[in-house]
Amino acid sequence: MHDMSAHAAQHGAPTSFIRKHIFSLDHKVIGKQYYALALVAVIVGMVLSWLMRLHLGFANFAIPGLHLLSKNGAPGDIMTPEYYLQLMTMHGTIMVFFVLTTAPFAAFGNFFLPIQTGAEDMPFPHFNMMSFWVTFTGFIILMASFFVSDGPTLGGWTQYAPLSAVGAVAGPGQGTGVVLWAFSIAFFCVGQLFGSLNFITTTLDMRCKGMSLMRLPLSAWAWFITSIMGLTAFAVLMPAAILLILDHVAGTSFFVASNLVINDSLLPHSGGSTLLWQHLFWFFGHPEVYIAIIPGMGIVSHILITNMRRPMLSHRVLIYSMGALAVLSYMVYGHHMFVSGMNPISSLAFSFPTLIITIPSTIIVLIWLGSLYGSKLRINTASLFALGFVSMFISGGVSGFFLAQPSIDIMLHATYFVVGHFHLVMAVAAIFGIFGGTYFWFPKMTGRMMNESLGKLHFWLTFVGTYCIFMPFHYLGIAGNVRRYQAFVDDYLIPLIPVHKFITVAALATGAAQLIFIYNLIHSRFKGAPAPDNPWQGTSLEWSTATPPPHNNFGDKMPVVYHDPYQYSVEGASSDFIMQTSSESVHSADEEK
Amino acid sequence: MSQADLTMHGHPGAGVMSEPAFSVPAKKMAMWLFIIADTATFAGCLVAYGFIRNSTPDWPRPFHSITNVALMTFILLTSSLTMLMGIRSAEKGEKSGAFRWILITALLGAVFAVLHIREWMELLDTGVTIFHNPFGTPLFGAAFFSVTGLHLLHVTGGVIALIAVGIRYMGGRYKADDIEVTGLYWHFVDLVWMFVVPLIYLLNMSH
Repeated sequence: MHDMSAHAAQHGAPTSFIRKHIFSLDHKVIGKQYYALALVAVIVGMVLSWLMRLHLGFANFAIPGLHLLSKNGAPGDIMTPEYYLQLMTMHGTIMVFFVLTTAPFAAFGNFFLPIQTGAEDMPFPHFNMMSFWVTFTGFIILMASFFVSDGPTLGGWTQYAPLSAVGAVAGPGQGTGVVLWAFSIAFFCVGQLFGSLNFITTTLDMRCKGMSLMRLPLSAWAWFITSIMGLTAFAVLMPAAILLILDHVAGTSFFVASNLVINDSLLPHSGGSTLLWQHLFWFFGHPEVYIAIIPGMGIVSHILITNMRRPMLSHRVLIYSMGALAVLSYMVYGHHMFVSGMNPISSLAFSFPTLIITIPSTIIVLIWLGSLYGSKLRINTASLFALGFVSMFISGGVSGFFLAQPSIDIMLHATYFVVGHFHLVMAVAAIFGIFGGTYFWFPKMTGRMMNESLGKLHFWLTFVGTYCIFMPFHYLGIAGNVRRYQAFVDDYLIPLIPVHKFITVAALATGAAQLIFIYNLIHSRFKGAPAPDNPWQGTSLEWSTATPPPHNNFGDKMPVVYHDPYQYSVEGASSDFIMQTSSESVHSADEEK
Repeated sequence: MSQADLTMHGHPGAGVMSEPAFSVPAKKMAMWLFIIADTATFAGCLVAYGFIRNSTPDWPRPFHSITNVALMTFILLTSSLTMLMGIRSAEKGEKSGAFRWILITALLGAVFAVLHIREWMELLDTGVTIFHNPFGTPLFGAAFFSVTGLHLLHVTGGVIALIAVGIRYMGGRYKADDIEVTGLYWHFVDLVWMFVVPLIYLLNMSH
């Protein structure tokens, strides 16, 4: 017996309010804390996108009260060009880090990975608690930059050098704003490193009796693969952020080339490389988009299987494809830099793996579609959002084929085409995964059911609205509309303004539809119908414990696993499904997987 | 036969969680994972340094003597050996012997840090700082102090960890396994130095 791990996991149930709800060691509470953080972050991020869309759709639109947020950024409630960029940067940073990474990976992963592996808790609960609070601190630091004198940074979430590294001379927010941004990101990296350590050790070391790796549900596999990526990707972003801070506060010039003139003043920096930031950033940045999407793939597969009442065509191939995505994601990062001045041979070298990475993605999609074909899918809100995820992933993925080729990318780079591409394939798809996971697991997390009618209404409004917002982006991009413009004054852009108006209206309407979700979430939390232990007739371990799970997840009796995760519609079985903990012995072709 | 039976018969009587899947206790696995992450961090820094060095036409080569760095390397390598001796003693159950070796390791680490800081002071005296130096591009000082500073931070943390783990080991709270886990970290810090020496020092020797 390796008593260390057991010692770490067996902490008693807390009694005081602070240990129970704030500085909790319980992975389930930490998961909910991450979910709450993501919820606050997504509301902030969405409101920012409304402000941006209003400014784009209706030029010089006065947004009542905006001057209260920033006197200089929005004099007379009309946002300045710089303030538009500042809001855009914060929208991107908040969404990518504090929503798309925290919700599907850290929130659901924390809550369900230990339960699905049959563990009492993660092996290092203190690290787990720190993981959340360090991430939370990062969020507070980022929010604080709204309230410093010249506001948050305007450099975009990618924070390209040299403008990010030279200080306030480059514009409002490029001094203090960038330093706060970089500190926030460094904190976030530390938090995710702690989290990844726990996820990997939980998956490898804490599984219950009988739970072989191939018996883990697809969602657990997705979190496991994601945590391996998180371990190395965030470990590279952290020193990059620290070097950026050094450029600001210690007078170094890692990312600033010699003899740079900005706003008519010659900068004292010399010797650095602007391209270096892009290399370091995208070595993290491309794995990051898979960190955002792979948990969604796992969650969606888990939901679909439960509602199709049959396993995927191949459990193994799906897992291997997610693993291939993870490995390849490190080799393709240069496709973000096709037009950054890299050697053209490098562009070619990064183009090949970029086209190759579409193969595992396509395999995953084909497995989903092939498995769905002819199945009697149970239609509920969770399965609808899972279908929505598949739809978004395909729609957004198809445009990836175009962008992967340097010759086409030269034209489409930095246009709305790219914005449409990544919003569909990575952002909205992941959001649909989060929604699906929420409707699916809410009963287990809170002990109450969500309202299905409101859920379906929420789905259809969101699904249609999302396409109305993001499909026209592709058209704008092909028409030559460059991203990050805050006004459209050129001859070739003026005819596109009606399209922008349409997108703005769609964005406001889709955003309003999210109020239904918020209402459903809060109302169901307190007034929803009590949830049974296994509302969806699922087979994996989270459904074999009580609702909501007790402090050590399984009560007095730790589970023993006898079956593969998805034993649905097995011939000769006593019911439609066989739970992993059921000792019923069945000879099934699937069991050999 | 199905995998269920194979798994369960493979580990007869295995209690829940009592037998880690890969016979690696969670702490040791976590240390290996930390080492992977930290490798990525150091690799990021060293690649950044190489990138800048390659793109700077007349990169300065100010070092004349390898005496000091050779001495530091010798001390750090020796400390890895004493760490091994400590782990061996701990595995044999020789508590005081293990404690003695751990303290010697920590002492060697501290001597390394002192030599390193002395070298830093000499460079600062000749006008090399993080943003300026007399040899040419200011990035030389920035890269030198960042990379060696990151490593020195690891050594300092390691010395503190060694002493803390040693004391807790004597007090009975930590076991031989914990000594081994700390040893993994110490060897890793040593290994990183073996990359820092050629890349930061030997490549920048004047000739």
